[in-house]
Amino acid sequence: MSEPSMSPEPVVEITGKSIGALMWLKFKRSPLAKIGLGVLIFLYVITFGSEFFAPYALYETFKEHENQPPTVPRFVDVEGRFHLRPFVYGYERHVDFQTFKVTWVLQPEQRFPLYLFVHRGEKYRLGPLPVRTNLHLFGVREGYVFLFGTDFWGRDTLSRVLYGGRISMSIGLVGVAISLVLGIIIGTASGYFAGAVDLVVQRIIEVLQSVPTLPLWILLAASLPKELNPYQRYFAIVVVLSIFGWTGLARSVRGMILANREAQYILAARNIGASTTRIMLLHLTPNIMSFLLVNVTLSIPNMIIGETSLSFLGLGIRPPMTSWGAMLKEAQNIQSMVNNPWYLIPGLFVIVAVLCFNFVGDGVRDAADPFSHR
Amino acid sequence: MIQYILRRIVIAVPTLVLISMLVFVLIDAMPGSYVDVIVAQNLADTGIPDLTDGQRKLLEFRYGIGRPIYIRWWKWFSNFVVGEMGHSVSYGHKKIVDLITERLALTVTISFCTTVFVLLVSLPIGVYSAVNQYSTTDHIVTFFGFLGLSIPNFMLALAFIVISFYWFGQVPGGLFAPQYVDAPWSIPKVLDMLSRMWIPVVVLGTAGTAGYIRVLRGNMLDELGRQYVVTARAKGLNEVQVLWKYPFRIAINPLITAAGGLLSTLLGGELIVSIVLNLPTMGPLLYVAVENHDAFLAGAMVMLLSVLLVVGYLLADILLSWVDPRVRYE
Repeated sequence: MSEPSMSPEPVVEITGKSIGALMWLKFKRSPLAKIGLGVLIFLYVITFGSEFFAPYALYETFKEHENQPPTVPRFVDVEGRFHLRPFVYGYERHVDFQTFKVTWVLQPEQRFPLYLFVHRGEKYRLGPLPVRTNLHLFGVREGYVFLFGTDFWGRDTLSRVLYGGRISMSIGLVGVAISLVLGIIIGTASGYFAGAVDLVVQRIIEVLQSVPTLPLWILLAASLPKELNPYQRYFAIVVVLSIFGWTGLARSVRGMILANREAQYILAARNIGASTTRIMLLHLTPNIMSFLLVNVTLSIPNMIIGETSLSFLGLGIRPPMTSWGAMLKEAQNIQSMVNNPWYLIPGLFVIVAVLCFNFVGDGVRDAADPFSHR
Repeated sequence: MIQYILRRIVIAVPTLVLISMLVFVLIDAMPGSYVDVIVAQNLADTGIPDLTDGQRKLLEFRYGIGRPIYIRWWKWFSNFVVGEMGHSVSYGHKKIVDLITERLALTVTISFCTTVFVLLVSLPIGVYSAVNQYSTTDHIVTFFGFLGLSIPNFMLALAFIVISFYWFGQVPGGLFAPQYVDAPWSIPKVLDMLSRMWIPVVVLGTAGTAGYIRVLRGNMLDELGRQYVVTARAKGLNEVQVLWKYPFRIAINPLITAAGGLLSTLLGGELIVSIVLNLPTMGPLLYVAVENHDAFLAGAMVMLLSVLLVVGYLLADILLSWVDPRVRYE
């Protein structure tokens, strides 16, 4: 942008700093990117530690608590007294047998105080540590707490959002990693060997890019074998999602290889006796590092939306596993969604995660060229 | 120009053939063989446990069952080209062509209206927010642009349903009023459809609009700083002429290139949004086809959507070569 910016940019000493350090400096200047990064880290921590952060386990069902609306923690009770420790009230379901309308009635005598670090339920393993515990970040010692309500089977939505988030948030990372590897290998081969290999690869890329993505994903997911176990299914879905992801990357990698193949520094490296692998990894790849970084951050949200859409249609992640999209499948029944709008909460998480990835991606894009004054 | 168009068309044909191979491999891998599904169907319909030998032979010959995959593909593909797509198993053995035609037309209509909507909304906003960079409006537009890009289509559709239920007490769905659903096409039916179409169009158009605004804003900002803009101003053109005659014309070129991508997201988005909003378009049909392992129906639909997309790319290329003649000689 050649227009003078409104506020004078802070002077940054750029001499003697690595490209990485410069990029970080530039990235830090964008408030949205910083917020996005913070929120993403938070999301990854709470979803990957869901055993600890979730008050209940993934499949724990609560009879008589099906479709209970979210309960709000309170400090002031119904008689107006203030309590320092937040608490929730118990609710009882009343069904009007004339209209079948369900109402939840607050039970003033059931006051359940909330505690931090509660021991309850089954023991789980604490990450990679050889420790088994049943500690949860928060919870009630008696009664129930459903901050995001419960679903049709009486399972706590908050806990399921955290467990499902682990699937949804990790699919983006794994999928992009696969696309990245495919893109770099195929792109490099195409650019380096040229000729027939190049022609075939370019044709394939052209075909894959001119295919409507979602319908093809649907077909692919539908032709997966039925008897996959949940983990195999997870990886199958990731592969389905990355099949179209690598094409753009491969194109750019190929272009870069072609442009630099005859460059003098490559000739120099070759003359010194550097091997082909060494030239590719140490001399060619760094040229596109910033491009790769931008591409990667901006394709993660596409993967997340793709997984959510597929699972929403019932073609992606299936029970017993769950993901944000699989939870949203419940909302496909319009009647139950309208009656229980908290079914949409997983969708809010999808939006926040994707939004933050876009913020970060934008920040990375601006930072990718640390010498520009954009 | 004509030479360029012909060349593009010639390139599009092998692409479509390759796509058809990809699609066929996928529908071929779908669980359950076609004849098995037919047998099950027959059993359910008539109570007769099996097809006669003659019927089975006929089916096996028609679909090349038991022969190598490339022969099966060729039978499918050559029939597809002449519009003979076989019969559906999930919709009472109807001809696939008859099932698809009207739905495809509605999908195309919705996609077209959405494209118009995207252009009408994004062009003025994009230019305005570039000209008034860093103004309050620009910040608001940027924020909503990010938000629009981040909301999955079907979430927006679900939100629409919830909002309209709580505010208007009714759930939107379908493209026609009840009395028009099975009625033949007439002018009141078309008007009724158009009055209901705004919901899917807005839902589908949001992400595209947000993307277009961002691209246009960026391009305009790049162009506004060029010297020819200064020259145009110095020559005394008024601000409107300066904007629309020079930088705008260059800034929209990348948008035309992006139109193919827009169409791709529209077609995909339309599928899932029409399932949520229960529109009589391709989406719900593909969903049912996939659920029932109706491989040929699903395959025909995906293939048609691909044709639509390839034609869309073709049109975008031709449009670009008309707007920017340089690309013809690249």
